Amino acid sequence: MKIAVCVKQVVTREWPLRVDEARTWVQDRDASFEMNEPDAYALEEALRLKEGHGGEVVVCSAGPPRAAQVVREALARGADRAIRVEGDGLAAADASMVAGALAAAIRDEGFDLVLTGLQSDDQGFAQTGVVLAELLGIPHATIIMEVQAADGRLRVKRELEGGWFQWVSMPTPALLTIQSGINQLRYATLKGIMAAKRKEVRVVEAAADLAPGQEILEIRVPEKTKQTRMIDGSPADAAAELVKALREEARAI
Amino acid sequence: MVLVIAEQRDGVLNNASWEALVAAQQMGRPVRVAVAGGDPGAVAAELAAADVESVLAVGHPELESYTPDGFVAAFAAVVADAAPDLVFLAHTYQTREFAPRLAARLGRSLVADCVGTRPRDGRLAFVRPMFQGKFVADVAPTGPAPHFVSFQIGAFRPDALKRGASPAPVREFAVTLEPGAIRQSAEAPFQEAKQAVDLTQAERIVAVGRGIKGQEHLSLVESLATALGAEVAASRPICDSGWLPMDRQIGSSGQTVAPKLYLALGISGAIQHLVGMKGSRTIVAVNKDAEAPIFEVADYGIVGDLFDVVPAIIAALDA
Ligand SMILES: Cc1cc2nc3c(=O)[nH]c(=O)nc-3n(C[C@H](O)[C@H](O)[C@H](O)COP(=O)(O)OP(=O)(O)OC[C@H]3O[C@@H](n4cnc5c(N)ncnc54)[C@H](O)[C@@H]3O)c2cc1C
Ligand SMILES: Nc1ncnc2c1ncn2[C@@H]1O[C@H](COP(=O)(O)O)[C@@H](O)[C@H]1O
Repeated sequence: MKIAVCVKQVVTREWPLRVDEARTWVQDRDASFEMNEPDAYALEEALRLKEGHGGEVVVCSAGPPRAAQVVREALARGADRAIRVEGDGLAAADASMVAGALAAAIRDEGFDLVLTGLQSDDQGFAQTGVVLAELLGIPHATIIMEVQAADGRLRVKRELEGGWFQWVSMPTPALLTIQSGINQLRYATLKGIMAAKRKEVRVVEAAADLAPGQEILEIRVPEKTKQTRMIDGSPADAAAELVKALREEARAI
Repeated sequence: MVLVIAEQRDGVLNNASWEALVAAQQMGRPVRVAVAGGDPGAVAAELAAADVESVLAVGHPELESYTPDGFVAAFAAVVADAAPDLVFLAHTYQTREFAPRLAARLGRSLVADCVGTRPRDGRLAFVRPMFQGKFVADVAPTGPAPHFVSFQIGAFRPDALKRGASPAPVREFAVTLEPGAIRQSAEAPFQEAKQAVDLTQAERIVAVGRGIKGQEHLSLVESLATALGAEVAASRPICDSGWLPMDRQIGSSGQTVAPKLYLALGISGAIQHLVGMKGSRTIVAVNKDAEAPIFEVADYGIVGDLFDVVPAIIAALDA
């Protein structure tokens, strides 16, 4: 099975983010970056499918040059080769633009299966994979927690709300968006890191005719809606104060 | 005109559809509602109680069970026919699956997971969370109408719905689906085996998130739970990693709880977690990031390292 996995580079969760001067994006010039979490699960699922069925795993990422970092990481974890779509405007682009950039770069590869994460940690559109499926003209299913593949068909377990699930079948080629927790992740080994250096990375310029479908006018910290009593002081003082408040004020203990 | 796409399963309307309708009514334009299914007449009649211009019942045997291909094809025809300015949906799992593709098929994009509307300088903008709820952004759709918008569940109150003096007219909308147009086939929804732990009955819950760093530190949280007479619960990543069983997960894909006391330790407060616990009577958050969104729903907050604060709470309970 020839499998593409789309991975996005995002700012590390622990990075203290600030809004930038234009108030339309965050200050990320000096930030540290990592692979979007569900994408790591999508990559792991692709590697497992390859182990079971043979074939190839190709990691695809669209972004500014710094995105090379997550591509290297994916290759170190076991992907066979990479396609990196480069464009500075892709860092804060909307899902239509990113999907357009990815579609142009992978259309001719003829992948049997395209995997993406279900949602990005930064923009959180939850759309890039779904739009990519439309652009590629292949069926899709989202929020997938198990993948069975046989004879050119997929049977996948979709997560629904409130603890419900559903099995859905479709022919390949197809696109699936993968939910975190579908498998247990493996991490890169030293051998993998060394091997990654020799793997092929095809770098392509983002198509010039990509048009956004939405525009960020302003980013800000959300207004507080609840009166929160912040308790300061040393851990011991704060803890004593909290316990007192829970006993006497809230009567919760 | 605003077209609202409502959602039903087995003839039961998804409650969030009323919220999308409220959002639409607040736009001050005529509102039309569409609902699809095998035979959605009864649900359409239920929707007709709202103060709307009309209701479209989009019926077809192939739409009896939801598939993304079927719903994209059907609603592409509905939107083309109705030619609305705006298309509103509730941001449910089903919307997440088909609406981005529906918008893309019509050459548009979807502004997803919005919590409100906000006109700016004559432009219509929608407020949506970014960076896991740390920020919100005003986002304006660009290009020609229709513009597609989905709203986070709970962003609008269903009881703010305006009802009509008499039921709105219901029209049947006939769709034709090419043979082979629907490539997915869906089996019946099911629930996993009954949960071993029922957290909904717990009076107190100590919930732990990724701030705990490693499974080996969970004993600290368990000690606090014991001292409080509380159950231990967790955010999704803790269960994804296998550090705690899935039936301890709180949130949209876990359990929804409302105990007397909910302590959130090292949990950032992503919306998918908040929906499972924000009804708790007293919420305490311990987080080393003063700007973590969890503090927005907390009654008491301590900014600090949980590895310092939790032992101190255990000691204070003992004193
Ligand atoms: C469709 C879907 C369904 C989902 N369902 C659920 C669900 O049911 N339940 C759920 O929880 N999530 C769910 N999620 C995931 C959710 O979006 C978040 O990713 C998740 O809740 C984050 O978990 P967390 O807060 O533990 O981790 P993080 O977001 O990584 O937060 C860790 C927090 O710990 C703090 N911290 C770090 N170290 C310390 C320390 N030493 N002391 C104190 N604080 C510290 C950090 O400041 C940070 O705020 C779902 C997501 C999607 C897309
Ligand atoms: N720039 C990108 N490069 C590669 N894949 C991406 C990119 N942006 C989004 N994706 C994929 O699409 C998924 C959903 O992202 P989003 O639509 O931004 O929530 C992610 O989990 C990734 O798998």
